[in-house]
Amino acid sequence: MRAAVVVFPGSNCDRDLAVAFREAGCQVEMVWHKDTALPSGIDIVGIPGGFSFGDYLRCGAIAANSPICAEVKAHANRGGYVFGVCNGFQVLTETGLLPGALLRNAGLKYICRTVPLIVGTSDSIYTSGYSVGQEIGIPIAHHDGNYTASDAVVAELSDQDRIAFRYGANPNGSTADIAGILSENRRVLGMMPHPERAADEGHGGTDGRAVFASIAGALAAA
Amino acid sequence: MKARVHVMLKDGVLDPQGEAVRHALGGLGFDGVDKVRQGKIIELDLAEGTSEDTVREMCEKLLANTVIESYRIELS
Repeated sequence: MRAAVVVFPGSNCDRDLAVAFREAGCQVEMVWHKDTALPSGIDIVGIPGGFSFGDYLRCGAIAANSPICAEVKAHANRGGYVFGVCNGFQVLTETGLLPGALLRNAGLKYICRTVPLIVGTSDSIYTSGYSVGQEIGIPIAHHDGNYTASDAVVAELSDQDRIAFRYGANPNGSTADIAGILSENRRVLGMMPHPERAADEGHGGTDGRAVFASIAGALAAA
Repeated sequence: MKARVHVMLKDGVLDPQGEAVRHALGGLGFDGVDKVRQGKIIELDLAEGTSEDTVREMCEKLLANTVIESYRIELS
């Protein structure tokens, strides 16, 4: 199974994401933001955390309009898998692949610590390694993670079982404690917390490893 | 020609920065500030004859995120 990790100027979790994919058994290729095509045969695209384009204008806004993102959108529209973490989640909302937007944290502070997450659904390749309601500890590191969406969108996410993760103790003011959401076809996941930073004993926690293990397992079987 | 684009968070979208500014004004002794909303102004130098529709397209595609922001265009 093959993964591509997109690199923007200012990405800083691209290699961490690549290592987590690789450790789970994926073949990984890095893709530059100016590239106009994804490598052929890619099963999943990872959009990493960081500060793409210095967070200028809005977090993820410039990245969402980069040449590679047109390809990422096409990949998603063909039913491909896309996994955005942190800035990657912001990019996915800016592209419109996921609904809502990420605002400045309600407390206005950059927050960098491990937080409890509650698994909202096990019905996705990203979360099938967890059970619904399971609590896991995953690091967050963001200034703009305050998820917002209209009541109608939040109701739809909830009704369609698309809230992948919720915060156990809301750190940033996110609507409905939302930490990560799935697309309607359940193949695009965006989340603010960083599972790739909790995927190795050396990280001080391995609660995020199951995300990569289940992706690799599902796509290897496909 | 120039265009000036005003981008503001939509009404109903919480603006924590504006709220922090409101608190700070209160701390300085300015009473009676009920609400502060913070936005941004983007100035564009444009080729003569650029239409307002083109600027609106720029807003829709990049300058504003219409999920959370509204915009207003001034041409001069």
